[in-house]
Amino acid sequence: MEAGTSPESTETTNGAPDGWVGQAIKRKEDPRFITGTGRYIDDMTIPGMLHMAVVRSPEAHAAIVSIDKSEAEAMEGVVAVYTADDLPVEGGIPMVWDPPGVEVNTPEHMPLKSGEVKCVGDPVAVVLGTSKYGVVDAAELVIVEYEPKPVVVDPEAALEEGSPLVWDQFGTNKTHEWALAGGEDVGAAISGADVVVEQRIVNHRTAAAAIECRGCMAEARGDQITLFSSTQIPHITRFLMAGMLGMSEDHIRVVAPDVGGGFGGKLNTYAEEVLVCAISRKLGRPVKWIETRSENMSNTAHGRDQIATITLAAKSDGQVTGVRAKIVSDLGAYFQILTPFIAELGFPVAGGCYKIGGIDLHFTGVFTNKFATDAVRGAGRPEMTHWIEVMMDQLAQRLDMDPLELRRKNFIPTDEFPFTTALDITYDSGDYHGTLDKLLTHLDVDEFRREQAELRERGIHRGLGFSTYVEVCGLAPSRAVGPQGVGLQAAFWESAAVRVHPSGSATVYSGSSPHGQGLDTSFAQIAADRLGISPEQVDVLHGDTNQGPFGWGTYGSRSLSVGGEAIARASERVQAKAKKICAALLEAAPEDIELAGGEFRVRGQPDKTMTMADIAGAAHIPPNELPADIEPGLEETAFYDPENFVFPFGAHACIVDVDTETGKVEVKRWVAVDDCGPAINPMLIDGQVHGGVAHGIGQALYEQVVYDEEGQLVTGSFVDYALPTAAEVPMFETDRQETRSPVNSLGVKGVGEAGTIAATPAVVNAVVDALRPLGIDYLDMPLTPMRIWQAIEEAKGRGEGPRATEQGSDAGPHGRGAAGSGPTHPDGGGVA
Amino acid sequence: MSTVRLRAVVNGEQRESAVDPRLLLVHWLRDELGLTGTHVGCDTSNCGACTCLLDGAAVKSCTVLAVQAEGAELETIEGMGTDADLHPLQAAFREEHGLQCGYCTPGMIMAAEGLLRRNPSPTEEEVKSGLEGNLCRCTGYHNIVKSVITASKHGGRAGSRETEGAQA
Ligand code: FES
Ligand code: FES
Repeated sequence: MEAGTSPESTETTNGAPDGWVGQAIKRKEDPRFITGTGRYIDDMTIPGMLHMAVVRSPEAHAAIVSIDKSEAEAMEGVVAVYTADDLPVEGGIPMVWDPPGVEVNTPEHMPLKSGEVKCVGDPVAVVLGTSKYGVVDAAELVIVEYEPKPVVVDPEAALEEGSPLVWDQFGTNKTHEWALAGGEDVGAAISGADVVVEQRIVNHRTAAAAIECRGCMAEARGDQITLFSSTQIPHITRFLMAGMLGMSEDHIRVVAPDVGGGFGGKLNTYAEEVLVCAISRKLGRPVKWIETRSENMSNTAHGRDQIATITLAAKSDGQVTGVRAKIVSDLGAYFQILTPFIAELGFPVAGGCYKIGGIDLHFTGVFTNKFATDAVRGAGRPEMTHWIEVMMDQLAQRLDMDPLELRRKNFIPTDEFPFTTALDITYDSGDYHGTLDKLLTHLDVDEFRREQAELRERGIHRGLGFSTYVEVCGLAPSRAVGPQGVGLQAAFWESAAVRVHPSGSATVYSGSSPHGQGLDTSFAQIAADRLGISPEQVDVLHGDTNQGPFGWGTYGSRSLSVGGEAIARASERVQAKAKKICAALLEAAPEDIELAGGEFRVRGQPDKTMTMADIAGAAHIPPNELPADIEPGLEETAFYDPENFVFPFGAHACIVDVDTETGKVEVKRWVAVDDCGPAINPMLIDGQVHGGVAHGIGQALYEQVVYDEEGQLVTGSFVDYALPTAAEVPMFETDRQETRSPVNSLGVKGVGEAGTIAATPAVVNAVVDALRPLGIDYLDMPLTPMRIWQAIEEAKGRGEGPRATEQGSDAGPHGRGAAGSGPTHPDGGGVA
Repeated sequence: MSTVRLRAVVNGEQRESAVDPRLLLVHWLRDELGLTGTHVGCDTSNCGACTCLLDGAAVKSCTVLAVQAEGAELETIEGMGTDADLHPLQAAFREEHGLQCGYCTPGMIMAAEGLLRRNPSPTEEEVKSGLEGNLCRCTGYHNIVKSVITASKHGGRAGSRETEGAQA
């Protein structure tokens, strides 16, 4: 497939024979991190800085009767204690999606709560003081009297008549409904189908759980304020902060320092960011707040928490004719930046990589007394992918067909790209048979089946599961997702400024805001090729609203395909100007100048050459030979808004062993073939796939945010919220295919979420494959030992042990021999 | 607040402070000595981001009181190597792409150093179980395991470095 056109020339050679793009060069970011000299938010201090501790609600739903702060105020070192009454801010935390034609019940979400609290962890007061330990002590002395109100935590129960209401004023816990259908009539497809499979699928609540918690520090000086924050979206934060503080944007600077992972949890504007700013302005002193892990579990947006009821209609030969999904999303009590519509965000890939005649989606959002759900790695797309990939296995089983044969039968044929789906979404490029074929070169299914049968004889339950996914990423395009599209009150282009210094080295300013992806390196590779210098000579800066142009940040696997393309374009503009300068000095025509082997030279005259250093010198100290119409300096800016999303895809296989005595699952092998277009840096792609798959394995097997019936957060720390460790994750076998995207000149797609999107159904399909002989044909995640053990017991018809409830009262430790689940665990420890 | 005098050798240098008896070691390192390479990622001793070496053995410095380090020898990431003279583990993490956001990295490197001092040529499985106390959300561990194996092949610990205090 050919690359799309780019406005400027695209010569991409330099010192490296074939260019820097495509090479697995080592990361520019690493030297500071491996020597312990990174600068994360908690590493920063400002003289005179105060620490802030937040007094949080222990109640899931209650009226605040009184707050007594006198004792805390009297403590040595405490400078102030504020409640909502003391600290007026102009507006609450904004939710930025306003879909045309969709009525949404949007509640107030002020940074400090007054009147009522709606979930555990709700901030009711803050303590400011000179000592980090002292403010925590003082926070304990703030006495808040609550009058408990009825609590609802189950989203389906919350929709029932007579349920306690989270927000009385709406008279319902329903936030909104959104119906979306396209293609052939799905009702007709279902009634006319040879076979219909239906399944209720719970995609449980999870946490982003970056190892660095959130944190922020504000410094007000005169009429200016600087907010340092561990965020994925510095520019958006400034924009939103201006509204909340009632300030003009030019008086606000937001800086994202080194950020210790985001995974969507930091793609948000949070109460504490507003609070440190407002308080720093009020007190005239710098204010810093660092989240504890417990706060991170209770007050950083969660992900997923959707219940989908899926109906798949097919012909007897396996052709899928229609799919219907009814999805209930548990949104918690408040809206963060995109809360109500995370499930909907996945709609472009409803139906996956299959050619399906009709697709019918219906979304319902629900308030419960929990913290907000929002984007967590994949945001909507893992959910869409999970159900379609699980359902394909269900259908294969029903038809007694090989699950891969069924997939192949329904794949969008390679020669039909660009392909427009039933929902009128155009998949840019794809070759789904290609990635699956390649996967099977690494994995002999027949051999596996022989081995599986043999092991079964010996009582070992081994299973193989597949996932052939397509994801949508590269947010952008603004026309489709902005105010006149699906209604996001934002646009999603990206910016880049490329400045070549007098000596010939360069600085790239990006509107992206990477936090571990290695974009400093891949961005430098892109620029280096176009500037005729090496990546070591390219410094990449981002994350500071006072540096470089406005940008929309890093999330949704958008930074390479949108941000990287902006850099390519800005670099090409610099290259065009460099050629003009070179042509004038070498007495040639600009169109005769070529960039090759790191030199600008006159075509056909190999001795007439200039380096970027020569040209940059001339641009900054112009010799008289330069015509007056060439402006001095060598710096260009580009803003890029793509015309479409990009659609990476791939095929993953997972092999597990299930211990039927204990219910424990062990992932034995993971094989992944991903296609995200031409690699800029293959080493970084592998790294993203590894981390993404581990995240998906975590969700499938171990991780779950659990609130009990009273709305108490049971998984309030890493003791109970079980992230996978090195001991639980296999060594990965990865391979790639490269299908260009026609959307951008680099041909690239995103890969930051692909692994997570692909992983969960592969795990579930593998475990079910292992347990099918025991009469198990479906399991909800997380596949904890207890859930599996119970399913086995139930299948045996003996039904011993407590029955697992639907929504997650059975999250538990997963046999890593940790300290168990602590006294608050509903199962008193579960099966470990 | 009554304070207690604390003296310890940190990265080869004698350091001394008057500390609050309840001060955690990680906060002494970070807030008083300015050694911010040792990170905090949890409050329950689960993540390992705060790992450093106390008398040659890896400890989670969020779980140790600063005063417990009285008279001890402490090693943190800052003492491992500099940009110009990297420790083999640091070099290996870069070589094998064993880090992404870098937040878990100092703790991983220190835990790996503790492991290699006990077991200079670990197998893949031994590395995995040896690093079980350290969480990473970014890398999926694959490249971290490779980094430690690579470092172990290159001698694990730089030949020139002091090995005293290592536990067998
Ligand atoms: S900070 Fe998590 S173990 Fe020490
Ligand atoms: S590199 Fe980010 S947590 Fe390990």
